[in-house]
Amino acid sequence: MIEKKDETKKTENTEYSLNDDRRVKVLSPGALVIKRFLRNRLAVVGMIMLLSMFIFSFIGGLISPYRQDEQFYRYESQMQDYAGVVENDAFRYISAEGQDFSSVLQAKFQLAYQEKQESFDYKDIIYDVKEEGTDLYSISSEGTLLAVAYKDIVNAEGADLPFAVKYEALKAYTAGEESFSVDGEDYSLDADANISKGGAVVGYISRFVVSPVENGVAIERVFKEELEEAISNNQEEFVYTDSEGEEFTYKISYDPTTKNWMVKQGKETYVYDSYAKPSKSHLLGTDTNGMDMLTRLMYGGRVSLIIGFIVVFIETFLGVILGGLAGYFGKWVDMLIMRIVDVFYCIPSMPLIIIMGAAMDAMKVEPMTRMIYLMLVLGFLGWPAVTRLVRGQILSLREQEFMTAAEASGIRVSRRIFKHLIPNVIPQLIVMCTMNLGSTIIMEATLSFLGIGVKFPFASWGNIISDVNDAYVMTHYWFVWIPAGICLLIAVLGFNFVGDGLRDAFDPKMKR
Amino acid sequence: MQIGSCFFTVIVKLPFPKGAAADQERNDTRMRKYILKRIALAVVILFCSTFIIYALLRCLPASYVENMAMQLAMKPGAKPYDEWLAQLNASYGLDKSIVPGYLTWLQDAIRGNFGDSWKYTVPVLQKFKEVIWLSFTMGAVAMVLELIIAIPLGVIAATKQYSRADYAITAGALVGISLPTFFFATILKLVFSVKLGWFDLYGLVGRNYAQLDAMGQLLDKANHLVLPIITLVIVSVGSLMRYTRTNMLEVLNADYIRTARAKGLSEKRVIYQHAFRNTLIPLVTIVGGSLPGLFSGALITETLFSIPGIGFTSYQAMLIGDIPFSMFYMTFLAILTLAGNLISDILYAVVDPRVRIA
Repeated sequence: MIEKKDETKKTENTEYSLNDDRRVKVLSPGALVIKRFLRNRLAVVGMIMLLSMFIFSFIGGLISPYRQDEQFYRYESQMQDYAGVVENDAFRYISAEGQDFSSVLQAKFQLAYQEKQESFDYKDIIYDVKEEGTDLYSISSEGTLLAVAYKDIVNAEGADLPFAVKYEALKAYTAGEESFSVDGEDYSLDADANISKGGAVVGYISRFVVSPVENGVAIERVFKEELEEAISNNQEEFVYTDSEGEEFTYKISYDPTTKNWMVKQGKETYVYDSYAKPSKSHLLGTDTNGMDMLTRLMYGGRVSLIIGFIVVFIETFLGVILGGLAGYFGKWVDMLIMRIVDVFYCIPSMPLIIIMGAAMDAMKVEPMTRMIYLMLVLGFLGWPAVTRLVRGQILSLREQEFMTAAEASGIRVSRRIFKHLIPNVIPQLIVMCTMNLGSTIIMEATLSFLGIGVKFPFASWGNIISDVNDAYVMTHYWFVWIPAGICLLIAVLGFNFVGDGLRDAFDPKMKR
Repeated sequence: MQIGSCFFTVIVKLPFPKGAAADQERNDTRMRKYILKRIALAVVILFCSTFIIYALLRCLPASYVENMAMQLAMKPGAKPYDEWLAQLNASYGLDKSIVPGYLTWLQDAIRGNFGDSWKYTVPVLQKFKEVIWLSFTMGAVAMVLELIIAIPLGVIAATKQYSRADYAITAGALVGISLPTFFFATILKLVFSVKLGWFDLYGLVGRNYAQLDAMGQLLDKANHLVLPIITLVIVSVGSLMRYTRTNMLEVLNADYIRTARAKGLSEKRVIYQHAFRNTLIPLVTIVGGSLPGLFSGALITETLFSIPGIGFTSYQAMLIGDIPFSMFYMTFLAILTLAGNLISDILYAVVDPRVRIA
């Protein structure tokens, strides 16, 4: 503070002195331009926008932990129909060895059962029905056991069980006994209705029928038990680890009309992590292909900016040479070049590029080659405007005294054009190039948006936004297209602000 | 068309410097000569550019013809593929080399026969007549709105140079120029169609269009055109606004404005009577020059909103490589560009009495 005060005092003292430094401050034209440029608030804002976009695109890509085409995956549990479960409530029959219990007899038994008769006859043979336990009937005629009707189902584990074993097992099960013997061999029944012989489980009894949805899927016994337990506990979900150690979640739903349970298996599938919401690992989420959005934006910016620069370079290069020639030589050269300009000016660029894009689609051109073609076409269609500007400027400059002096000093024509004339056109040229950069970037983005410009796997701001062609993406995943649009807007706006500021700064008539 | 004529009347009332009658007459004949020369030149340029377009299109793989021949050959009782291919190639002049092919096309085109569209399977001109008026309506409404918005704002920005209003208007104009059409249109759709539900997302007519009476149908169409027109206006209003501002600034720095102020005229009178009328000169030339452009259709906007105007129709045709339609559309655009340049050059000479044709 004290120092500052001293300074002001000093300036007050020196106010009336006529030292060199007190005279009119001399600024070079370049410094004047910079000064005027920096006074323009919009231009400075534009410059900051541009710088931030450049840093974002060119340095951001280096910092980003991901590559532009790195895909991310996630596990997604998809519920698939696994098995249907029915509680058996119809009689099933097994006939004794060597006997035949035909379907007619089965129907007759059914009638007898409903009418609670103890016998029925068919073709003059009388069949006796005997209730052996709950829902277990034996059918015999003249003392020989023909068949057994039952509702609890005996499932064999491994080899099929003989009729006698099944019959005895059912009898024991319905009577609540824990052991039975067949042909001198002892079997035991445990609480889970497992039939074991000498310690080894040979089968089990259950009322539930579990049938897999897909053919060839074996359903494990333990799984069935767990399932039955879950059903009897009215559970809706349970987790089961199969013999191979894989853990799945199962969902059970009961359909009262068909009286069966549907079991759905939750399979963990490995899918692209597409449209993931913004999170710590993906600051702007991911896109359709499960690629990190922020990284794609950075690389997209790189592509968009580089394309812009190359296109503008091509058109400026051609424009300056042709415009310089036309303006300097005049006469027939001017006539010829300007007519070519007129012709090119008439060729509508957008339709032409769309047709070429469609043709390249049909020919399946490589994305990289496409990008090069795109730049060339945009560049070759853009030069007429530059040519007109350069020629107009040179026509008026040519008449000025310094050109007469240059001519009198006898320097080469090419030197006169490129050393004396072109540098004087450069201010307008810079303004035009800056503005053109903005419009080229928009053009490229529009084409990429329509799917005929830069193609996957290359990112470009335009093709990132093209995901909104899916209305669902537009409404639900803002992070897929809004950031890209904003980047595009910032970059183009930056170029336009700077271009506008430069135009004012280069204009010597400007008062400020 | 309306806009052009209304500006004309304004301009004609401008005080012309009264030259001698003979001078006026000499100038008129010069003018006529100049216009004729320009038109002749425009025709030559048109031939050259259509030739380039034709050559470029011919260089593209014409797989569409082969596909079509294949399809036609598969119909029951049809000719074999080779014959169809030969016939199709002959009918489109594809069997000749580029120069005779172009001449054939040109011969037909001059007679108004642009061939049959491959995509729409009707004569190109018939399809064109169906869709052009929609594009024109859209363009004309957008243009009127642009003029209404851009000119007053441009004048305000220029008269209050470096004020806050000027900064706001300049920045707004630049934002409009920098907005990518597709991004802005998508935002409009999200806000007005999805969130607010005021408009449909796509198309020209609503679901129950057929049940509406004539008035209702018209309103339905108008309703569907609101968002596309807003898009068009916002995206293109900026350049006209800047143009007005620049020209107004130039006029305000002129000597005769200083004179007007020195006479003691009110600021209002200086700006609206002296300055604004002179700003109209460049404005009329640019607006006149952009009149033909009203017919060119807004390719991107129409495509985004699926409005069946000339832009969307030709976009679809171009995507499948419909050469007759694309060729016609590009020729049409070239004619419009030439007509626009011609009109603005002639208007410039007609409107500005200071311009004398050498």
